[in-house]
Order: sequence, then structure tokens, then C-alpha cells
Amino acid sequence: MAASSNEPVKLVLYVAGETPKSLAAIRNLEKICSEHLAGKYRVEVIDLKKQPQLAREHGIVAIPTLVKELPVPIRKIIGDLSDTQKVLVHLSVEE
Amino acid sequence: MTDGITKSATGIEGFDDLTLGGLPTGRPSLVCGSAGCGKTLFASTFLFNGARLYDEPGVFVTFEERPVDIVANVDSLGFDLQGLIDQSKIHIEHIEIDPSEVAEIGDYDLEALFLRLEFAVDQIGAKRIVLDTIESLFSAFSNPAILRAEIRRLFDWLKQKGLTAVITGERGDGSLTRQGLEEYVSDCVILLDHRVDNQISTRRLRIVKYRGTAHGTNEYPFLIDEDGFSVLPVSSLGLGHKVFDERISTGVPDLDAMLTGGGFYRGSSILLTGVAGSGKSSLACMMADAACARGERALYLSFEESEGQTVRNMKSIGTDLGRWLKSGQMRYIAARPTFYSLEMHLAIMLREIGRFKPQLVVLDPISAFTGAADISEVQAMLLRIVDYLKSNGITAVFTHLAHVQQAETDAGLSSLMDGWILLLNREANGEFNRELYLLKARGISHSNQVREFVMSNKGIHLLEPYLGESGALTGSARRNEEARTRRAEVDRLAEVARIQDQVGQRRRRALAQIETLRADIDADEAELKRLVKAEEVYLRQSRTDSAEMARGRGMSNSAGKTKQD
Repeated sequence: MAASSNEPVKLVLYVAGETPKSLAAIRNLEKICSEHLAGKYRVEVIDLKKQPQLAREHGIVAIPTLVKELPVPIRKIIGDLSDTQKVLVHLSVEE
Repeated sequence: MTDGITKSATGIEGFDDLTLGGLPTGRPSLVCGSAGCGKTLFASTFLFNGARLYDEPGVFVTFEERPVDIVANVDSLGFDLQGLIDQSKIHIEHIEIDPSEVAEIGDYDLEALFLRLEFAVDQIGAKRIVLDTIESLFSAFSNPAILRAEIRRLFDWLKQKGLTAVITGERGDGSLTRQGLEEYVSDCVILLDHRVDNQISTRRLRIVKYRGTAHGTNEYPFLIDEDGFSVLPVSSLGLGHKVFDERISTGVPDLDAMLTGGGFYRGSSILLTGVAGSGKSSLACMMADAACARGERALYLSFEESEGQTVRNMKSIGTDLGRWLKSGQMRYIAARPTFYSLEMHLAIMLREIGRFKPQLVVLDPISAFTGAADISEVQAMLLRIVDYLKSNGITAVFTHLAHVQQAETDAGLSSLMDGWILLLNREANGEFNRELYLLKARGISHSNQVREFVMSNKGIHLLEPYLGESGALTGSARRNEEARTRRAEVDRLAEVARIQDQVGQRRRRALAQIETLRADIDADEAELKRLVKAEEVYLRQSRTDSAEMARGRGMSNSAGKTKQD
């Protein structure tokens, strides 16, 4: 895909502490990235428990939330990312 | 808690009285109603007053409007929200969710929302919070089961944080809120309503539930205007009215004279009923003028005439209301009855009365309302006005336009009134004449006469009734009759003079006759005297003569003696 050719995918995952949902989301995201987006992504995990002001700044309501900031358009996925295919569709980064 | 729940004042005029203190402290209250009924304003007033008056900072969580819009909206009501935001007394947290750019994959919760709220609350030390409207979440997230669980958790969290919360909710079909928020909020539920009757909208507020406290259960009208949100808890005030013995003049000396002792009692409610053009407003203006002349304040609420018109009209009967308006002793408020709903009118009246603190209030005319609203509502409103004015010792003057010449008000108010003046406009002999009748004056003995009511550039005068042969007469019939009487009187007086004259003459004549007779008597007496005297002389002479004669006979021997005669 054109989008995935040169620009790296920037993903930010917002979690709140080490809840089962947060941990599951981190695990699922790591799996998706390594299996489908190898080398083409940057992932940042933000714990809102530690930086609640970022929730306001980025307009986060639900936890966990995955935000694809780059390339545009911005996409948000909430939930524990348990459905890999759906995640890829919404990120529009499937191979 | 032993002394019940504590309450946080909202600073909303009337609402705190109604709830005996405000909303329950540290608990969520639900404010629900249909679109445009003032939920958001109620919530923002609660928050704004909290920060401004009660030193309780607050967080406004908006799910719909943008913070700039909220600031702009309340700015028009004179709330300087931005100022409080700058002072960190209020924080607006905008929770924006665009469902189109969000996908839901797997399990989630709203922990971030909680974190944001907690962050905002802790940041300014908030004691109050508003969630407007949390139901927006239902359109943003597709899993209602998660949402409901999270909302329940949110309310628990609010309670746990001890926040006095106002949650707004849109009215749903058959339920208070569309998403059944009322099941989460069990402490206090307030319903706002916005109804349109006869093309006039009316806002009403009802406390559906308020756990642990007494509260009014009626529907109370409320008002949104340039002063914000005010509820009008105009429940029955009882009959603990102030009672005055002081009399106040009506401004018409002739009318005062009809009331033994002069004028009505202060604090009376006086009704002026009459057909069109019978002089109701003029009489009401005279009363207002008299109040101002006493150095009091008078509030004139007109529903038909404008200020300028009334001033001009009163000038024509020699009363200058303009000077009182200029000096600030009189206030004139003119509004068409259809301009507001009844509640709005009531609210405005009560507010103006509260602000201006007049000693006399004129409502001219109350009949204007009957066309604009349901009669029972008009009655209820007027009852509340009367109650309010009486309990504050304010003299009230109501005018009422009657369509027929009879003592009846369609607003059914007569029994509430202390004084009732009936103004008639009677047609007789091709002209209309005004008449005034004092139908009722509680506690004052008064004249039972129907007076002729005359307005001229010298003011209002009440003429004594003219009782002619065929009943009371007014107008030119009266003048005619009066002229006729005057003529008759002149004739009668002339007749008396003539008879007096005649008697005088006769007397003089009699006296003259007496004089003549007396002269006759005198003459007769004089004659008699003369005769008596002559008789005496004669007798003496005759005696002398006889003696002479006898002597002469005896002395004929004696010479030398000459006989005489």
C-alpha cells in the first residue's frame, strides 16, 4: 500500500494502569505489529494514570484507545484489539 | 446523619426556597427536560453561583457544546464565566466523541473519562460538577451494556468524591430521560418543562423526587431572562397579611368622602371594574398620583397603554404623572399580555415589585390576560399577585374591563378584593354618562350612592346624585332638571316676596285705619269733655243765679245793693 511504503505508522496506545484490558491491548498490539507491520511502525504506550492531562489533550474517553496519528487521517480504535483483522482494516494498513 | 441531608444552595432565585436550601450536597441530582427547556442554563447557573457566591469551584463537563459556546451563552445573561475560568474557579471539560472516527474492537471501559474528571476536579478543588449531557455517550458508543455499567460507576464515583453534581438528561418518551438515567440518580430529580399554549410558551419546573427532604410538589413556573434562571415558588402564602389602620387617599377627594374616614386602608386590594371608556385607568392613575404625592413609590404595570400615552392622557385631566416618572417615584412598565406567558408576567411583576419596593401597584387591566390564557390560570396568577402584595402591605389597584354593565369579573376576583368600585357608562336621553358606584369597601362604612363621575381638566369629580321625579338623573338630563328647579325656585321666591309685600301693605292700611279711628275717638272724647265742662259751668251758673235770685229777693229791703244780672 502507498501509505505504508515510506511513512512509518505512528501508533499511540492509551492505557490506565495495569488493568487486564490494558495488558490485553498491549499484548494484542504487539502481536499485530510484529506479524503485520514489521518495521513500519512506531508504537508509544501512554499510561493516563500517570499523565491524566494527556487524556484531556488528546480527547481520550475510553480505555484502552489506540490512536493512529500518522499517516493522516487520524484513526481511533477503542477496546482490547482482540480482532486483528478489524484492527488492520481500521488502521488502513493491511498489506 | 441526624439532622438530615445537607444542601448546597444553587443561588437560583426561588429554587433554594422551594427545596429549603438547594440541591443535596455531595450527591448527584438529575435535571431532565425536553430540548430547549433550560437544563444547561440551570446547570451552569448552579455552577456559576457556586463559584461566585459560595466559594465552591466547579467543573463543567460538556459532551455537546464547545466551551467557547458555553461561555458565550451565559455571557448574555451577565455571567462572566471566562473570568471565573481565568481564576481557576471553574473549569470546562469538553468531552468530544466523534463516533465516525472511532471503532470499537474488543472490551473497553471509560477509565480515561474518570481520569479526566478526576484530574479536572483535583486541579481546581471542585466541589460541584455538571455533566451536560451524559446521554451523548450513548450515541458515541455502541455497547450499551458497558455504558450503563460505566455510568453507574461514574455516579458512585461522584458520590465517593463528595461532589454536588448536576446531571442533565433529555426527556424521553414515557420516561424522564431517554436513556433512563433516573434509575442511577435516586436522590434528586428535577423536571423542566416547556409548553406552548395559545402560542405562548411557558416554562415550568417540578421536583419529581428529593429524597430525605420536604419539598414543594407543584409545578412552578420559571423564567429565563437577562437575569438568568429564576423559579417562582408562588405557593399559598397563607393569610398572614399585614393589616393597616392607616387610610390612604384615592386622589379623588369626592371619592375619599364617600368612604367614612377618608380613603381606603393601606394594603387594600382595590378593583376598578367598568366598561370601555368608563375612566378606570384615569382613576387608577389618580391613586398612583396620590401615592407619589404622599412621597411613596408607585409601580404602574400596564398591559394596554404605553407610558407616553398614559402621561399625555392624564395631563388632559390635570394630573402630571411625568414628574413622578422623572423623579423616580413612579415606574411604568408596559407589556402586551401576549408578549409573555402568564408565568413570565407574574415573574416580571414580582421581580419588579421586589426591586422597586413600591407602596402602591397598579395592574391595568387584568382583563387583558383573560384573552391570552386559560381563565383558571389567570385566576391563579392574580391570586398569587394579590397574596404577594397583601403580605407585603402593598396597596394594589386592579382595573378590569367589563363587557356588560354588571358587577362581575370573569377573572372571579371580586371576593379577593377589599375594595370594589364599579364604573358605569349609562346611556340616557341620547348621551352616555359616567357613573361611579362604591360596591364594596371592607371595614369601611361607605356611601351607597351612585355618583356621577365627571372628568375635566380640573381632575375627577363625583357629583351628588340628582334624584328627579323619575329616578337619578345624570348628564344633560340632570342639568336640565337642575335648571328647571332653579327656575321654579326663582318663581317661588318671587311669590313669597309678593305675598310679603301684600301683607305689609295690608298691615299699613290697617294701621292707618286704626289711626283714623283713634283720632275719631279723641275727637269724641274732646267733645264729651267740652260738654261735661259746659254742663259744669252751666250748673254752677245756675246755682249762682238761683242764689243771687234768692238773695235779691231777701235783700230787696236792703238798699245800696246792686243786683247784677
